[in-house]
Amino acid sequence: MIGALRALGRKALGFCERLGRAHVFLAYTLLGVPESLYRVRPLFYQVYAVGVLSIVITVVSGLFVGMVLALQGYNTLVDFGAANSLGIMVALSLVREIGPVVSALLFAGRAGSALTAEIGLMKTTEQLAAMEMMAVDPLRRVIAPRLLAGVLALPLLATIFSAVGVYGGYFVGVGLLGVDEGAFWSQMQTAVDFQNDVLNGVFKSVCFGAVVTWIAVFEGYDTLPTAAGISRATTRTVVNSSLAVLALDFVLTALMFD
Amino acid sequence: MLQSKAVEITVGVFVALGLAALFVLAMRVSNLSFASLGNDAFYEVRAEFENIGALKVRSPVKMAGVTIGRVGAVEFDSNTYNAIVVMRIDKHYDRIPDDSGANIYTAGLLGEQYVGLTPGGSEEFLKAGTTITQTQSAVVLEQLIGQLFYGQANKDRDARQ
Amino acid sequence: MKEAPGDQPLVRIRDLSFHYGERVIFDHVDLEIPRGKVVAIMGPSGCGKTTLLRIISGQIRPRSGSVVVDGLEVPSLSRAALLALRKRIGMLFQSGALLTDLSVFDNVAFPLREHTDLPQRLIRALVLMKLEAVGLRGARDLMPAALSGGMARRVALARAIALDPMMILYDEPFTGQDPISLGVLLRLVRRMNEALGVTSIVVSHDVAETASISDYLYVISGGRVMGQGTPQTLAETRSEWVRQFLDGSPDGPVHFHYPAPDYAEDLHGGSAAPLVST
Repeated sequence: MIGALRALGRKALGFCERLGRAHVFLAYTLLGVPESLYRVRPLFYQVYAVGVLSIVITVVSGLFVGMVLALQGYNTLVDFGAANSLGIMVALSLVREIGPVVSALLFAGRAGSALTAEIGLMKTTEQLAAMEMMAVDPLRRVIAPRLLAGVLALPLLATIFSAVGVYGGYFVGVGLLGVDEGAFWSQMQTAVDFQNDVLNGVFKSVCFGAVVTWIAVFEGYDTLPTAAGISRATTRTVVNSSLAVLALDFVLTALMFD
Repeated sequence: MLQSKAVEITVGVFVALGLAALFVLAMRVSNLSFASLGNDAFYEVRAEFENIGALKVRSPVKMAGVTIGRVGAVEFDSNTYNAIVVMRIDKHYDRIPDDSGANIYTAGLLGEQYVGLTPGGSEEFLKAGTTITQTQSAVVLEQLIGQLFYGQANKDRDARQ
Repeated sequence: MKEAPGDQPLVRIRDLSFHYGERVIFDHVDLEIPRGKVVAIMGPSGCGKTTLLRIISGQIRPRSGSVVVDGLEVPSLSRAALLALRKRIGMLFQSGALLTDLSVFDNVAFPLREHTDLPQRLIRALVLMKLEAVGLRGARDLMPAALSGGMARRVALARAIALDPMMILYDEPFTGQDPISLGVLLRLVRRMNEALGVTSIVVSHDVAETASISDYLYVISGGRVMGQGTPQTLAETRSEWVRQFLDGSPDGPVHFHYPAPDYAEDLHGGSAAPLVST
């Protein structure tokens, strides 16, 4: 009994300690962000690594999610004679929720895990220590451009996801199920507000991009320098950042869409 | 490792794609063309309703089925206990008779509610600050159902006696 | 009485203690590294040799004690001062630790580009000079993944001397090398010392090789300095432990067997179930 309590206490203390370290880590990294802004080439390379390489998975998923939304939505709406509102349903769910959240989850699995493994490997092979010994701060040189690239790339990916998803929904709803094309678009346009829906969705994905990339680079930086350590850190990145995205989504939704 | 030129080009394509998607969301999916109208692109008229049902800010204002504006604000008048709806109507539609009526309709059985204007016969037109007097409140479904059940219950009781 | 800075040892460690959790790594250790010499620090695996290099370069802080490098008290330096000090220290990591996304040339150029504003042409000349010194000028366009372990260490050595440091720290430079690479590395370590006048600290457990190029040896074990001296004096030591370590004898003060209960007793009574069921 005492043993279990002690284990619980140790877990909690360990968690708090890690959380604190993650914040100190973030603070030092943020100091390096302005510098990365004008070191364009490494930044470009990181945007390429986390963004461009995630386009295909994002587009394909967006297309299918949009198509499924239309199919499911149609079956529900048609019972109420509201099939013409299909466009609203597809667009609003994509732009407000599914676009930012699902693309963030894909991003965590595709780019976040790769970031963790890359940085973990750099730590294991002493590259980070070597940089420190050359008086180069790896937080500024390695971590900051990656964090910035994540924050830049995810909103773009989420926007692409939503746009493609809307067309996926259009394809199924109008093309296959026979919803009136004019009603599909015009109802959508009356119901979806650019600022309140589209821009808020983009803002969400900026937050998700920051959180997912932060977790990914921290797990990589904090990994135990062994093969098992890297594999554990990669798993933790995907699990923790997915949970963080979903929890943060609730908070942001509660704050933004009253 | 990729050539830095290839990296730059693909990143450029990526950013362009993202911006294009945002443009699609803005122009094709959302009502940016309407919401982005400046302050002088519309004029405000008011209408007082006994009950606005589920009418909300940004609900459409329609005339003959065409959206000509949006609800800009919903207020409560504590003297009359009525709701005051402020409507923002597109400047293009400046020839609406000032004795037009405003009703709150529901699109479909469960659809969203909107303000429908029915034209009057006046020679004067609506302009900023006009108050529409001829109004008809929203049909509140719950009340209808309540009345229906109440009536049915009374009938049942009459039948049993 | 103050000594002139030139006469002082480059590194002076006094009363150093360091623990990893419960484990004692150093227990009141005193060490001195004279200027311009090759000093080897030897000891069995896991005795904290690498930790010592990290303490000297300020990557980790000791629990107590003083570490003075070139007149600076390392554990109490500010971050900026520490970075400035590190520019004057080159370090060769066990694996080489080349940056895997940069070519050989860019790896050697990395510290120059980070810390100087030299024009491209001059950087190129400097990098080629350093690569020539380790015999790898022809490999400048290769990526680190294409290098053998020995070559990677030589590139890393070229990178470590890129900023003309006053001291080079070698972390297990000879481990796992074939005889030819080993010979090359040994000669390079010695030559860097003679040609550039740098102070070298070599951490190793390869006794014979390291002793052949060192001016002074420290043997560390169990958190304490077990023996020290020039290779000649150490070879005549009376300490049984140091003898065993230098000769590599399988048994001596360090036993072949990990501490365990009596073997016969363990076989018969140790397990609850009998080995052969009747």
